Amino acid sequence: MSKNENVKQHASRRGGRGPMGGGQMGMKVEKPKDFKGTMKKLLTYIKPFIPRIIIVFIFAIGSVIVGIRGPKILGDAISKLYEGLVGKAAGSSIDFDFIGRTLIYLIVLYAASSLFSFIGGYIMSGVAQKISYNLRREIAEKINRMPLKYFDRMTHGEVLSRVTNDVDTVSQTLNQSLFQMITSFTTLIAVLVMMLTISWMMTLVSVTIVPLSIIFIGIIVKQSQKYFKTQQESLGQVNGHVEEIFSGHNIMKAFNGEKRAVEKFDSINDQLHKSAWKSQFLSGMMFPIMGFIGNIGYVLVTILGGWLTIKGTIKVGDIVSFVQYVRNFQQPIGQAAQVANILQSTAAAAERVFAFLGEEEEPKDAQNPASTENVKGEVEFKNVHFGYNPESIIINDFSASIKPGQRVAIVGPTGAGKTTIVKLLMRFYDLNSGDIFIDGVNSKDFRRNDLRDMFGMVLQDTWLFNGTIMENIRYGRLDATDEEVIKAAKAAHAHHFIKTQPDGYNMVLNEEASNVSQGQKQLLTIARAILSDPKILILDEATSSVDTRTEVLIQKAMENLMKDRTSFIIAHRLSTIRDADLILVMKNGDIVEQGTHGELLSSGGFYASLYNSQFEEAEAS
Amino acid sequence: MGKILKHLKPHVAAIIGIIAFLLLQAVCDLSLPDYMSNIVNVGIQQNGIENAVPDMIRKSEMDKLTFFMNDADKKLVLDNYTLVEKSNISQEDLDKYSKKYPEIKNNDVYKLNDIEKETTDKLIEAFSKPELMAYTLETKGIAAFQEAGNEGDDQFSKSLAQLPKDTDPFALLAKLPPEQLKAMQSAIDKKFEAMPGSIISQGAVVYVKGEYEALGRDTGKMQSNFILLAGLKMLGVALAGMIAAVLVGLLAARVSAGLGRSLRKNVFENVVNFSNTEFDKFSTSSLITRCTNDIQQVQMFMVMFLRLVFYAPILGIGGFLKAMHTDTSMSWVIGVSVLAILSLVLVMFAVAIPKFRSIQKLIDKLNLVTRESLTGMLVIRAFGTQKKEEEKFEKANSDLTNTNLFVSRIMTAMFPLMMLILNGVTLLIVWVGSHQVDMGNMQVGNMMAFMQYAMQIIFAFLMISMVSITLPRASVSINRIAEVINTKGSILDPKSKKEFNKSLKGKVEFRDVAFKYPGAEDEVLSDISFTANPGETVAFIGSTGSGKSTLINLIPRFYDVTAGQILVDGVDIREVPQKELRERIGYVPQKGILFSGTIESNLKYGLESADEEDLKLAADIAQATEFISEKEDGYKTEIAQGGTNVSGGQKQRLSIARALVKKPEIFIFDDSFSALDYKTDASLRKALKAKTQGVTAMIVAQRISTVMNADKILVLDEGKVVGMGTHRELLANCEVYQQIALSQLSKEELA
Repeated sequence: MSKNENVKQHASRRGGRGPMGGGQMGMKVEKPKDFKGTMKKLLTYIKPFIPRIIIVFIFAIGSVIVGIRGPKILGDAISKLYEGLVGKAAGSSIDFDFIGRTLIYLIVLYAASSLFSFIGGYIMSGVAQKISYNLRREIAEKINRMPLKYFDRMTHGEVLSRVTNDVDTVSQTLNQSLFQMITSFTTLIAVLVMMLTISWMMTLVSVTIVPLSIIFIGIIVKQSQKYFKTQQESLGQVNGHVEEIFSGHNIMKAFNGEKRAVEKFDSINDQLHKSAWKSQFLSGMMFPIMGFIGNIGYVLVTILGGWLTIKGTIKVGDIVSFVQYVRNFQQPIGQAAQVANILQSTAAAAERVFAFLGEEEEPKDAQNPASTENVKGEVEFKNVHFGYNPESIIINDFSASIKPGQRVAIVGPTGAGKTTIVKLLMRFYDLNSGDIFIDGVNSKDFRRNDLRDMFGMVLQDTWLFNGTIMENIRYGRLDATDEEVIKAAKAAHAHHFIKTQPDGYNMVLNEEASNVSQGQKQLLTIARAILSDPKILILDEATSSVDTRTEVLIQKAMENLMKDRTSFIIAHRLSTIRDADLILVMKNGDIVEQGTHGELLSSGGFYASLYNSQFEEAEAS
Repeated sequence: MGKILKHLKPHVAAIIGIIAFLLLQAVCDLSLPDYMSNIVNVGIQQNGIENAVPDMIRKSEMDKLTFFMNDADKKLVLDNYTLVEKSNISQEDLDKYSKKYPEIKNNDVYKLNDIEKETTDKLIEAFSKPELMAYTLETKGIAAFQEAGNEGDDQFSKSLAQLPKDTDPFALLAKLPPEQLKAMQSAIDKKFEAMPGSIISQGAVVYVKGEYEALGRDTGKMQSNFILLAGLKMLGVALAGMIAAVLVGLLAARVSAGLGRSLRKNVFENVVNFSNTEFDKFSTSSLITRCTNDIQQVQMFMVMFLRLVFYAPILGIGGFLKAMHTDTSMSWVIGVSVLAILSLVLVMFAVAIPKFRSIQKLIDKLNLVTRESLTGMLVIRAFGTQKKEEEKFEKANSDLTNTNLFVSRIMTAMFPLMMLILNGVTLLIVWVGSHQVDMGNMQVGNMMAFMQYAMQIIFAFLMISMVSITLPRASVSINRIAEVINTKGSILDPKSKKEFNKSLKGKVEFRDVAFKYPGAEDEVLSDISFTANPGETVAFIGSTGSGKSTLINLIPRFYDVTAGQILVDGVDIREVPQKELRERIGYVPQKGILFSGTIESNLKYGLESADEEDLKLAADIAQATEFISEKEDGYKTEIAQGGTNVSGGQKQRLSIARALVKKPEIFIFDDSFSALDYKTDASLRKALKAKTQGVTAMIVAQRISTVMNADKILVLDEGKVVGMGTHRELLANCEVYQQIALSQLSKEELA
């Protein structure tokens, strides 16, 4: 079973629980913080499936009970054969009728046992897959309801790992381990009962082997985990070094760092080698040692059995069947150690999933949302305070008033937090205090989606998805016709380049959208914004990675877009800045100055020094 | 593949060791069942009496037995026994024997001599039947004869039938005439031939037990001693098997870890010597995976391979030989069962493996959709398209769930079916075997043994088929590793090196340089000729794809030119060692790349011997002093891997400082300033100009403001130089330059 579990693991688990072949028991086991609570929560997910799980239980138990008598019945058949043989000496013959009937009975029994086990497993995998399906769906929906600030702390990789790895771990456990646990447990009980019916003393001896095995397993697991841990660490170091050197290989070469890189690699590679073989060796010792302990049990049982037969307490045939049951008895015990580990890492995975699902969501929309029809585009900031976390407020008491159709330039050095204003306007983050009014209505009184509908956004970080160009532009307004999409593309000066692509509007952007250039991507996002026909615009001018000609196009497209719209521009171009109706100057996240170009220059503040420094040299030459 | 196998060479001894220990393990594993059944069969069923040859027997009984023997057997038996008479036994012998056989003082006995195993076998043969006969006669009396005689119709048989039931059979026998005795013996022999050997030996053993008891021996103790001894023997074998298995584990772990280490080293050292051409060919991320995951895969596979793939055939063949030794007539059963298991495994995997692959794709799809909804979160919320994203996810999710369900159900079916086949094989062996037993071709015990061997063979096949599933996966990894090992860096040092011209310190000259990426059709650069004199600043500007980055990456020989030549300090850069060339160059890449360590270790990367003054000066010029001093640990601040704990601008400034510390003859700035804001950019270049007099600088830039003060500006368009000169010259006569300038600065600033 464990082997075929491994097979599954390869296919469906990326970077999963354990290395193949090496088994799972040696791997570092994550421990959940609250095992009980997590299991309780998991149970609530299992609850709707309880009737089905009960059926699974019945089939699992049925399968074991039907199967467990097999050896004994087979033993009877063989005894009959024996008797027949002995009888032959006396002229009678072997009762093939009886043997044949017994064998047919047995094959029916085994078939039934297998069938039950299959039906149980069949239902169980349905349950497990349905549960993981539900968990994944909930996570995906949850993502859309969470405030953006959550994702400042959490990397995308971590969220992805909830959706795939963690959910998968949970489903694996439900599917295989749970079923296996049921069968193992039932087998254990059934075997114990069968053993007790033969001899309580021999049963006692077999059971005493259990703590012995557990102690040995404990010692080995403890030792090997130590090395697994160092192995994981060394592996991390090797991977890190490889990644660093390979991705920075130009630097390494330019600075003649080859020898140093190899020397460092050799030393961590040696460490990895040491811990790798030790951990592998120790975890590999498990099976031989368990087998040996099993054999000790066997010998003890036979010795006791021999003694009991001499005393006449039991029959010879009983020992033969008892010995077979002892074999069945040891197997589930061997699994116990693994089950404990699997449960632990399952709980750890489930805990992460539940923690994610339990995260705070965006506050609910207003009860009676304000209408966004006929919005002209007037924006007012009133005593706005904001910080990404409440302890450090970065925007202190900001107030400004923007009339419809005005342009606001946001300027400041890199890393000054220029996109913060954008995020506040669109309520991606909520203010700590103060208000933002759109046409005199507090932005909190709009439904979030309505509010965001009013805005059009073209960021430097273009986001396009794996789909056709047509679909990507239409994303701005899902019900737009093809003609409308093409019209928007024309207004964005994107039509020409789209037409030159292999499939035109039907060209599929690849996963990284790397089959169109950065500048072209920007044109597409502008087209998308044009299509959505927003009341208020948010633009990011940064075009550092765009070639000059495309840049000219982008500029023209942006001009088209800004016509008659209130716009907020994260500005890089001097002309934009100078022509703006209002300039917001940002430094370290805060808005330090505001005013027109002329006002700010004459005030001689941060803006003035920023402006002057840029062309100092140009003027000097 | 060959190159990979080469890495196993140092481990040949260990691999031979593994095979040897596996053989030992297999021998132990295969003989364990024998020891186990010995405990039950002899220890318990035969009360610990191994065979029909008694160690000690009363003379009276021996006489009865010899009565049923032919002359040869009788001689054999008597030759191997010594008669000990109670009348003339020495006190010493009496003490010795009476401990075990207290009744020896009242009986004349025969004592078994020390004999060879072969003789024992012969003695067993000689004793068994007479003992059984004696036993039968003793328990059943004359009736035994009467039963046996019923079949015959001669005079003797009939007369036997009329004898009273309580007639002493032995007394009767003694009276029989020799020829009648012979006739009876042969009749009985015939009878015995039909009986299975095990019954005869069982009966004989019971007789021996009775004899021991008559001599007062404690048979209970004898039995427990036997079981104890046999148990110890079995444990010994099991221990040997365990030790062998542990040693195999040790060696396999060492070999595979060793293989992993040497592969990793080989790949890494090879990749370190790759030029950009090879990096482009494989892609950096793929090289990283090959050096890490793929090797890890191979290492894992190797452990399994060494432990199972060698073991399975040994066990399988061993089991087969044992099975054949036991009985050849049933070998077809093994064939059938192996065929059944194999076809089950094959069918399952034929169905499941394509699904496994599609699962991987579906997981990727699910990841893609999730990642898109994360990276596009702002856009999704801005456009209010959460529902659309959820629909996309829904589709990916249910596709994955359905396929997962299918595969998981296939796997669920596998285990019960396998058990069914195993159990079915057992039943088949019992059915076929019992007929064989009936025909006298086989013994019951052998049938049981056959069952065990059949299981061993099937398990061996199962093991092999399990390993073979992982084989394709491992072979993909092996091939990926081999590809890297077999690729050699394409930029090599010259065989005979030339010296740099010391009087031309910092001079860079391009002569009709053209460059084409390997496999590409068009040249990225063509007809590039220019000279940068010592101390000059040469700038390159042009749209993306114009080839400006490629151009300056040719100078440190990251790529080799495809035509023309590049001279540094008066020599062709292909004629000097790369190390010496690069010593002269201070390179600053487009993206600030730092290595893990401290700020100091990064700054010193170009010049280990740099002192504190050098670092400070470089940091000053690079405008990095301020933020370094703001850090708690200053220059000792730890830099995390990938430089994640410093901002992009800080990384860029540190990487500029790193190049400065090196005090090179030539600076190469590959678009290094665009990550900086205007202010930092301006002050940095000002400081640079002041502090690095006499050093040649080659600058690629996007901003006109960055390049306008250069001594020489090259305007590139589609790989060709379309303008060369100073800012003012180009503004006057270069159209491309004008376009770029217009898009960035307003007219009055340009004036």
